[in-house]
Amino acid sequence: MTPSPVPAHDQPVPPPEGAPAPGPGSSPSARPAAPPPALAIQGLWKRFGTKVAVAGVDLEVPTGSFYGLVGPNGAGKTTTLSMATGLLRPDFGRVLVRGHDLWADPLRVKALLGVLPDGVRLFDRLTGAQLVTYSGLLRGLDRDTVRDRTADLLRTFDLTADADTLVVDYSAGMTKKIALACALVHAPRVLVLDEPFEAVDPVSAANIRDILSSYVASGGTVVVSSHVMDLVQRMCDHVAVIAAGHVLAQGTVAEVRGEATLEDRFVELVGGRRTEGALAWLRTSSD
Amino acid sequence: MAAHLVRLKLTLLRNGLRRSVWRLVGLLLGVAYALSLVGAAVVGLVVLGAQDDPELARTVVVLGGVVLVAGWWLLPLVAFGVDSTLDPERFRVFALRRRHLLTGLTLAGLVGVPGVATVLVGGASALAWWRDPAALAAGVLGGVLGVAVCVVGSRAVTTLLAPVVGGRRFREVAAVLAIVPLMLAGPILLGATAGLAAVADALPEVARLLGWTPFGAPWALGADVAEGAWAAAAGKVLVSLATLAVLVLVWDRALSAAMVRPEGGGGHVSRSAGLGFFGRLPATPTGAVAARALTYWLRDSRYAAAVAVVPVMVLLLWFLGRGGAVLLGAGVVVAFVMGWSLSTDVAYDDTAFWTHLAAPVDGRVDRAGRAYAGLVVGGVVVAATDLLVLGVTQRWDAVLPVVGMSFGVLAVGVGLSSVYSVRVVYPVPKPGENPFSTPQGSSFAVMLSQTAGLLVLLAVCLPTLGLGVAALVTDVLLLDVLALVVGLGVGAATVVVGIRLGARTYDRRAPELLQTIRSFA
Repeated sequence: MTPSPVPAHDQPVPPPEGAPAPGPGSSPSARPAAPPPALAIQGLWKRFGTKVAVAGVDLEVPTGSFYGLVGPNGAGKTTTLSMATGLLRPDFGRVLVRGHDLWADPLRVKALLGVLPDGVRLFDRLTGAQLVTYSGLLRGLDRDTVRDRTADLLRTFDLTADADTLVVDYSAGMTKKIALACALVHAPRVLVLDEPFEAVDPVSAANIRDILSSYVASGGTVVVSSHVMDLVQRMCDHVAVIAAGHVLAQGTVAEVRGEATLEDRFVELVGGRRTEGALAWLRTSSD
Repeated sequence: MAAHLVRLKLTLLRNGLRRSVWRLVGLLLGVAYALSLVGAAVVGLVVLGAQDDPELARTVVVLGGVVLVAGWWLLPLVAFGVDSTLDPERFRVFALRRRHLLTGLTLAGLVGVPGVATVLVGGASALAWWRDPAALAAGVLGGVLGVAVCVVGSRAVTTLLAPVVGGRRFREVAAVLAIVPLMLAGPILLGATAGLAAVADALPEVARLLGWTPFGAPWALGADVAEGAWAAAAGKVLVSLATLAVLVLVWDRALSAAMVRPEGGGGHVSRSAGLGFFGRLPATPTGAVAARALTYWLRDSRYAAAVAVVPVMVLLLWFLGRGGAVLLGAGVVVAFVMGWSLSTDVAYDDTAFWTHLAAPVDGRVDRAGRAYAGLVVGGVVVAATDLLVLGVTQRWDAVLPVVGMSFGVLAVGVGLSSVYSVRVVYPVPKPGENPFSTPQGSSFAVMLSQTAGLLVLLAVCLPTLGLGVAALVTDVLLLDVLALVVGLGVGAATVVVGIRLGARTYDRRAPELLQTIRSFA
């Protein structure tokens, strides 16, 4: 096993039940002079009933980074991102966006964020153009700006022909794209995207990657969750591996993957790979 | 194979029960209801058999049987999701012989409360001839055939029409339209009983004719044998078997088409040019929320349903009041329905509510925008109702109290809903589902909170309604003016206070609200 790039603080010891929230002091990343990270997640916990979905997650997303969050199904990616964007209140912990505490001042911080959640509905009885307009107006843009940006976004995502179609009649990939357009319309400083490439066709995915890359190049910060390792390895400069509610590794992609591919490293960290003797009967040569 | 499908159906039933106690309660209630129906039918049939009146026995059994068959064939088209557990399209990926699938689905169709009850009633229909062994045996055969026609026909019709019925448009429109005759059932029945006396003489003849149709043939078998009309009886068997053969053929064709049809393919795509309300209302967050809500009032069948029942309610009141002064209350009833329908606003958003939560939108924006839309739509509908009612009754002198009461109640409903909808969310039909279906999981606590909300509504409206009624029965101009001023004043105050209180709750609990909504999914 290669030496773990994981700093010691990323192996959280779960506090006993009912213990007080880990204070900000438990965060190791308080460098006084450096600019605050675009997104800092500190000691985040969330429990649903008896199941602990997120157990003390610390993440630091540097400004201007393209940050990948990878993990197996049910690892707590969606829960973490929901808490990081104000959609789900954490049991413990803090979320800082550019140094501002999200849960202490939600309105101010939400203005900085662009969000694409996974597994939720949209107001899909609106047309595509109406939905993007709605997102823009909700965030206080004026009418002309919204109109221009909506037209730009629809053109970029190749949805101009379907601008007047109800979103409920969109395909899964088109729905993802229109949701992404909604997340972008107010030019946020930090984009948090949960599974943005799911069900998106290769051409659109490539376009989206280009858009996100140029956004990052111009100083924006992107956090994406995905379970397509190859995509994350090619696209992101930073990555965190999360499983069973814990961060197993984080850092630049090069740090995390070391000599191996990200996929191999991921499997090594998460475990659970079976190769020997599985489904022997499935081999067509066996009969 | 058939046994597998029946077992699958039973497993689905059992697992459904395991998910919630309320489902079990619902099932038990259903069983009790069905048992009482079956019991009443059996007793009735035995008594009928003792009458020794073949004409009466034929009329009752055939007409009852026709209703049963029609119910099996037509109800699934309107009351969607009655039994979609074994939707044939779900078996598309399996390599199944169609013959096996047909038998299995038919038998599985009998598993469940309606199926068992139908078998019992179908079999018991022979009891109408319990004193005549030959007719009894023929009746049993007829019962079996009749049940087969019910189940196979039901499957054939639903499978054949699935592509049409599955379309979003059809479902939404049909569900709204179907409720209208249901709500009017009372008056229709009342009117019908008056006419029934006249029709009663013709019923035996009708039953005789229906006995030759696919709906009635199986049920007429026993009656023919009892009359010794063997040729007619043979004819009925023939009609029944031919019906079954045609149904199986149709079903088989439809099934093989369904097995290769791409999922959710085709269908009507809705378009709407331009920005609609978004272009007309102020370009502010509040204006945007209002524009979204207004669009939904027109496009979402769950909101449209509230508007669609308005004419029905007016008709009901007109009927109840025989065109008299009771009709003047129509505006109030309509205002109440429109105002209180806003109480499920957040629940109707379903998880799309995250859009508000992710944006830097505070409670006042969310609450005010929704209330604005509710007041505009409600205002238009209430104004139209008031105009209609005043015109029909020619009581233009009552315009002040009528307007004061109806708009007062509307505003109070909107104001209280603004608080209620952020405090209580409960499972409601999801976007695109039948707006009149009631999802499982509504708890006793929800019922209590609904009742409490309605009591508060009543209490706040009481002064307005008291003044309004007083103004209507007396002829004092001062009371008229008072009813208008108090109604509008109390209403406006409730809206302002409701938005403020609701906004405070929203700011405190919006994330928890979304979490609750997600837990229903």
